[in-house]
Amino acid sequence: MSEQVVSREVVVGMPQGLHARPADQLAREARKWQSRIELLSDSQRVDGKSILDVLTLAAEAGTRLVVEATGPDAREALEAIGSLFDRNFNEQEWNEGQ
Amino acid sequence: MKFSDFVATDAIRSHVDAHTKEGVIREMAQSLVDAGSIAAGDLESIVKAIMKREDLGSTGIGRGVAVPHTKHPSVSRLVGTVAVSHDGVDFESLDGEPVQLFFLLVSPPDRPGDHLRALENISRQLRDETFCRHLKSAKGPMDIQHLLEEADSHGVAS
Repeated sequence: MSEQVVSREVVVGMPQGLHARPADQLAREARKWQSRIELLSDSQRVDGKSILDVLTLAAEAGTRLVVEATGPDAREALEAIGSLFDRNFNEQEWNEGQ
Repeated sequence: MKFSDFVATDAIRSHVDAHTKEGVIREMAQSLVDAGSIAAGDLESIVKAIMKREDLGSTGIGRGVAVPHTKHPSVSRLVGTVAVSHDGVDFESLDGEPVQLFFLLVSPPDRPGDHLRALENISRQLRDETFCRHLKSAKGPMDIQHLLEEADSHGVAS
């Protein structure tokens, strides 16, 4: 198994930004993979498997981030994480009462 | 955003009595009422909203820390408080660990940015193990207040 490094840009589409619930979802998804998952903002590089790290991005709606995956399952991991952003973390299903 | 921007000093509790998720949330919300940060008449509605948010996924973010929160139209600015449970409370956390350290936040519905910046500050400070350890072993509300002030004055807060 070779070490792959893959990355893609994502946009925070949720009106509330990358708050506690999506950060939790993101960390849970990231932990499923062997690869290292990192999120890059303009000023920070954080561990995608740590909810505390993800929350320190304070990424508001519209923020562009780069997701970088490094490891044997990097490609699949990146696809899974990317799709969370593409689906806005299914936020619309939850919005009421949040 | 710094702790002093949103933590109601008079509502800080160093020994919560409750041993359940709802109990702790209720005790903290009551402390905000007692401190004059939220109105007594809004207590039930705020507790209910925070519990509803917990139903969507625990705010136990790991390392023995939870950040129960809600938006609520009764507040015009972000208000919050800090509490410590020495026994720990089952909060269905991400890492399964009991929670000892609680940051409760109530924010105006139209200010998602403030909420994010408060979360950012809490998360960033809590990555410091020493800070966490000292908070968990605080003997009184003044200890907690001093720890928060110290974290604020380190100048890393944005």
